[in-house]
Amino acid sequence: MTVRLLFAAVLLVMIMGPSVQAVEPSERLADPALEARARILSKELRCLVCQNQSIDESNADLAHDLRLLLRQRLVAGDSDHQVLDYLTARYGVFVLLDPPFTPVTWVLWLAPPLLVLGGGALLLLRAWRRRLDPGTPGLTQDENARAALLLGEPR
Amino acid sequence: MLVEIGHFALVLAMLVALVQGIVPLVGASARSRALMDLAPPAALLQFGLVALAFAVFMHAHIVSDFSVRNVFENSHTAKPMLYKVTGVWGSHEGSMMLWVFMLTLFGGLVAGLGRALPASLRARTLAIQSLLGFGTLLFIIATSNPFDRLFPVPADGRDLNPLLQDPGLAFHPPFLYFGYVGFSITYSFAIAALIEGRVGAQWARWVRPWALSAWCGLTIGIAMGSWWAYYVLGWGGWWYWDPVENASFMPWLLGTALLHSAAAVEKRETLQRWTVLLAILTFGMSLIGTFLVRSGVLTSVHSFAVDPTRGVFILVLIALVIGGGLLLYALRAPGLETGNPFAPVSREGALVFNNLLLSAGMATVFIGTFYPLFAEVWSGVKLSVGPQYFDATFVPILMPAIVAMVIGPVLAWRRGHLAAAARRLAPALVGALLAPLLVAIFIRTAPPAALAGVALAVWAMLGVLTDLADRSGFVRLPLSDTWRRLRHLPRGIWGYATAHFGVGVLIAGIVVSTAWRSERIETMRAGDSLEIAGRILRFVGVTEANVANYHVERARILVERPGASPMPLYPERRWYPVARSQTTNTAIATNGFGDLYLALGDPDGQGGWVLRAYYNPLVPWIWFGAILAALGGLVSLSDRRLRIRMPAARAPVSVAARPVDS
Repeated sequence: MTVRLLFAAVLLVMIMGPSVQAVEPSERLADPALEARARILSKELRCLVCQNQSIDESNADLAHDLRLLLRQRLVAGDSDHQVLDYLTARYGVFVLLDPPFTPVTWVLWLAPPLLVLGGGALLLLRAWRRRLDPGTPGLTQDENARAALLLGEPR
Repeated sequence: MLVEIGHFALVLAMLVALVQGIVPLVGASARSRALMDLAPPAALLQFGLVALAFAVFMHAHIVSDFSVRNVFENSHTAKPMLYKVTGVWGSHEGSMMLWVFMLTLFGGLVAGLGRALPASLRARTLAIQSLLGFGTLLFIIATSNPFDRLFPVPADGRDLNPLLQDPGLAFHPPFLYFGYVGFSITYSFAIAALIEGRVGAQWARWVRPWALSAWCGLTIGIAMGSWWAYYVLGWGGWWYWDPVENASFMPWLLGTALLHSAAAVEKRETLQRWTVLLAILTFGMSLIGTFLVRSGVLTSVHSFAVDPTRGVFILVLIALVIGGGLLLYALRAPGLETGNPFAPVSREGALVFNNLLLSAGMATVFIGTFYPLFAEVWSGVKLSVGPQYFDATFVPILMPAIVAMVIGPVLAWRRGHLAAAARRLAPALVGALLAPLLVAIFIRTAPPAALAGVALAVWAMLGVLTDLADRSGFVRLPLSDTWRRLRHLPRGIWGYATAHFGVGVLIAGIVVSTAWRSERIETMRAGDSLEIAGRILRFVGVTEANVANYHVERARILVERPGASPMPLYPERRWYPVARSQTTNTAIATNGFGDLYLALGDPDGQGGWVLRAYYNPLVPWIWFGAILAALGGLVSLSDRRLRIRMPAARAPVSVAARPVDS
């Protein structure tokens, strides 16, 4: 059960589920270094049958199985990369919460920086075109009104 | 009988909405005062009818009238009264009722408080608001009728989703909806202004209080939702970049940009077009947030098939509101007056810079949320976009915005000087550079990202303090003068200072709790103990009991610290037999600087229980910061220049009497 469930439930997509459990003491590896790697990796892997949860957070049976599988691979000597590749080969990129940079995700990854740079360039261009002449007073209507009042001009 | 009255009131409200959505518009273009004057009483009537329907619906829940389908599906006789009342908006139909209640409430408020508005602007604003109301009411009546009856009448209900049976339900949805729906008024104002063809300082002065109120509501609503998730979900997280969270975050980001650009319109008559566009898009995001996410389209593309009428209705409504607004904008915006020019380095420049980053940040959240959907449609590839994506894209976009947030307020309008700003902010700059250095000395393993975060948080907080000191003449003047000056600073300044300081506090909470949290997950038996963050947790045992509509397993844990008497904590698990569902009720001990967070897990069948213990340093600051930010909004709202009850047509004298802005 994720926050999705909580919020979604508030927003009325009612999904019943058991309480949150996530990673269990019995699953833990004896080697702390391997276990630490397993925890980091399990945060990057999606629980495929859940709403929007990593296997680290989910108590679904599948998440439990994946956590064990991932640890088996680590114990067998796989690198982090090899574990992720292994799981991707079995379950597709859907299992990766951190989507890899491939043609399908070019837009996903490039849009944010391009938006900032593009927007920034557009603004700079505009500012350059409408350079402020240091001589212009540039008063707003309010200020003009106030100036007129202070100067005692009839309105 | 009562239920039929409620149903009837709802239908009547829809008819009133239709009339109010058309007649004043016609009246405004025909310059007919009589037709325009129909709008305010119609808005009040519409609100009254919806309020009546809402009250009837709530009554049905309170008395557990299971002949009403919605009550049967979401209530139970044994459910505590608090949740019978708040459970009203705990279902799809009920939350739609809350939505339309807020929508008509805002319409009624503008009708009641906006007497000083020009007649045509008021008529058009109320008419647009009413068209929004008509669309929602039609949606409710046609696809989500809360007054649907059941026959034969069931003996008892199915109970509310236990996750929702929490005091959070009483506050989180109303605040969130107040925020979401509050932006409908700025939308209506923007559309009305586009029809009128004029967006000036006066318009911004009318719009800002509404935008500010909505923003405060949304801020509190999101913060409460996050806090609720934090204490109820049981693993100490408070934000998950989940689509439903993102849905509330997108209008918040745009609404924040809107607040600031509206200030530029009011003070400098610049950025008018951009502000109108933001007003349209902010409400657009609110709509997408509540409706599209709700429709289930994000969770699974197939959700529409479950109830195609709802899905299609939602899409048409969103398309009309956003598409119609943007079309009108495209047609009319070129005719709006050009804004006053300003130098890139100026307060306007800083506002534009942050508007750019907030909008790009919003777009990033949007893309991260919706891209998997599009990717699946055109490439057939199912993608996941998790927190890692947002950490890598959104966070770097917002970081320069935090830097600029401090610099902007010390720059002059129209043309500022960076060197002068740097001189004024020198103490904050020194603090922002020293703080991460100190942290790095004490905590050798501190990750660079956390150090950058610490620098930003200190910069934001010290920046505000430095600016206040500067404005009050601290050090330069005797203390009594400083105090007098501080007291006489306009509320608007205090509002900005409180809100911006709150953002600094929020960042500190996020950074420290993310980088330095500790976690222990162990199987515990009676008498076992574990150590976390300098505390010994002694597991005493688990007791069971039947309470109200649930069965509870409650662990008793003694927290021991050197030099303090042991403190008991009681994390629990609850089983709701009617809903056949289990919830975790965490136990949290906070001292304002960190939370000891305990969640009880499954029993191992041999007398042991899984205990999840976390120590989350500075995590309460996340919500303190959000509350400060909202408080800042309220303080600004109380500035007499920004009162909702707009003063009658401004005489030039009042213009002169206005305190000169710093």
